[in-house]
Amino acid sequence: MSDRAEVYARIIELIEPLNAKKVALTEATTFAGDMEMDSLTVMDLVASMEDEWDIMIPLNMLPDLETIGQVADAVHGLVAKKG
Amino acid sequence: MPNPPVLDLLAKYDPLIAEHAGLLSTGIRDPFGIVMEKVVSPTEAIIKGKHTILLGTYNYMGMTFDADVVAAGQAAIRDFGAGTTGSRVLNGTYQTHKECEEALKDFYGMSHAMVFSTGYQANLGMVSTLAGKGDFIILDADSHASIYDGCKMSNADIVRFRHNDAADLEKRLKRLPADAGKLVVLEGVYSMLGDVAPLPELVAIAKAHGAMVLVDEAHGMGFFGEHGRGVYEEQGVADDVDFVVGTFSKSVGTVGGFCVSNHPKFEILRLVCRPYTFTASLPPAVVACAATSIRKLMTAHDKRARLWEATRRLHGGLKARGFKLATETPESAIVSVLMPDQETTALMWSTLIELGVYVNMSRPPATPAGVFLLRCSICALHSDAQIDTVLERFAQAAQMCRLPLLEAVAA
Repeated sequence: MSDRAEVYARIIELIEPLNAKKVALTEATTFAGDMEMDSLTVMDLVASMEDEWDIMIPLNMLPDLETIGQVADAVHGLVAKKG
Repeated sequence: MPNPPVLDLLAKYDPLIAEHAGLLSTGIRDPFGIVMEKVVSPTEAIIKGKHTILLGTYNYMGMTFDADVVAAGQAAIRDFGAGTTGSRVLNGTYQTHKECEEALKDFYGMSHAMVFSTGYQANLGMVSTLAGKGDFIILDADSHASIYDGCKMSNADIVRFRHNDAADLEKRLKRLPADAGKLVVLEGVYSMLGDVAPLPELVAIAKAHGAMVLVDEAHGMGFFGEHGRGVYEEQGVADDVDFVVGTFSKSVGTVGGFCVSNHPKFEILRLVCRPYTFTASLPPAVVACAATSIRKLMTAHDKRARLWEATRRLHGGLKARGFKLATETPESAIVSVLMPDQETTALMWSTLIELGVYVNMSRPPATPAGVFLLRCSICALHSDAQIDTVLERFAQAAQMCRLPLLEAVAA
């Protein structure tokens, strides 16, 4: 089972190639505001995270996930729930 | 005490306003501000005083000026008036609306049909009403905005799979709880690139995971399959499709949307589907036009053949002239030309309109994978001479815009 730090580190790796504006990535970095990611890129990123951990992140969860930290929490929670 | 300052809610659109103004400052015509001063026929209009060939109207079967269709509309406006002023479930269902639903049932060979005021509302209503809290909607990543908006409006959990990718659909369905309700939403033809879905694979996987299937045939109705029902008919999966959604604003030649189904409980949707219930029904003239057009489309075999012929002529001709196309072969009556960037797309579009050819300019986020397109849709009434004129003007525009073309390929 992945711990929160591992999940966070891997998420950063997944985001890096999509970080077109080369923004410094931290727990508080926002996808729409700081990284200026469009909705299609965000949905593709979600798909890659789903495949990475074999989890399901419904698109309707996305409005509540504004920062990288929030996404890490959500993914960590989903992975834990999967057991 | 003075009122606090008002925050301008439109300020969030400032970047888009600046982008649009920047585009127009280069001296090009506004791609989103075309006005048709006179419509000469399904394939020609007067725009800014200029005779223009219409190659971006989705008027696939050229029914907009069909004499029988126009006569039916005229009779209905005379006999039933200009509008119903009411919801389908209150005072807005006339004899004309029932006849239109009968025509749809006959066309699709299905036991139920529900007519919505637009195609957008048909998807919005069906998707949001079929799947509720605890259910899952599984949609193709390239789905139309009306499907995405239907998902947003439903209380279901939304799962997206890679465009036309059966393995990806299966992987995502496997992650869902076996005992949850599932709706897989597909389109026969995807309108941006004009590519067709591999429905047999996708539908079989959906069924293997206990999902219901809805197929949007907006761009397939009229010319795919023996009866013109759509891609799902042509590919032989009619028995496994639970709901077919479509529109009157393409092959049918007017406006409106619908869903047809054999589901025994279908009629209850009229009372629970909000985009159906809480809006005025279509004017009698519109549904009378639609009913007449749908009945004529059942047997429009010659027109279908002609549409494919004209499509092959355009696709082959553009390819031969070195344009990059979104599909290797013509898969539908949409032929999309791939463009390098926004500036070139806008310049090419503007040059074409000055030369008397109207196509659609499409750009992200409406397009998938950030591509820029000049999108052509063909009409069964386009003559070979019109297609040849279009091909010449495309070549001329490319030269004027210095659009890089591929080495000429033999057609």
